[in-house]
Amino acid sequence: MKILYFAWLRERLDRGEEEVSPPQDVVTVRDLISWLRANDEAAKLAMQRPEIIKAAIDAKIVTHDAPIAGAKTVALFPPMTGG
Amino acid sequence: MSIRIQEASFDPGAELNAFSELNDGAGAVVTFTGLVRSTEADPIESLTLECYPELALNQIGAIAADAHTRFGLLDETVIHRYGTLKPGEPIVQVMTLASHREAAFEAAQFLMDYLKTDAPFWKKEASGGETRWVEPRDVDDEAKARWR
Repeated sequence: MKILYFAWLRERLDRGEEEVSPPQDVVTVRDLISWLRANDEAAKLAMQRPEIIKAAIDAKIVTHDAPIAGAKTVALFPPMTGG
Repeated sequence: MSIRIQEASFDPGAELNAFSELNDGAGAVVTFTGLVRSTEADPIESLTLECYPELALNQIGAIAADAHTRFGLLDETVIHRYGTLKPGEPIVQVMTLASHREAAFEAAQFLMDYLKTDAPFWKKEASGGETRWVEPRDVDDEAKARWR
């Protein structure tokens, strides 16, 4: 699946997107963030407070409990500052 | 309903005129235009908005549909820009068309309150040769919460 990063998360990781193949036991968005942090020092530092990271699956906002099975694109980003 | 996510600038007056012309006998149009702020106390050189366009269309479409039903709107338009903007440039414009003013005013406020926290844009200010990401504000969450 493809992961998109935005704003300071993109800057801290120095990449806007990447292809990943998480193992079977990575079920939810929460698991995915933990797995990314465990496997990459930059991701560990960039998402020091995983609970503030927002997520979308295939351009729909989801919670950290959402399953990632079948997702084409998972987006991870800081709280939004629109308007 | 019209939702536009664009880098290009727009003319707020011309947008309002075009929206009002299609009023179909409705009694009230409310327009809000958000501009890039730069004050003496907190001057900035530019504001850069990053965006996730696909999600922005979904999110703003859902918020606008919600406003349409909730306030009985006859029509609504949201224009939101991304890219690097200078102080005074328009960022966002919300227009609501209703039979009466209360619904038009409230719906515009509702739309703006939701855009602040639920539209996938991220603002970065440039000032004095440095840049910083704009932090989300608690008052914006509180403003949205009153509509629940």
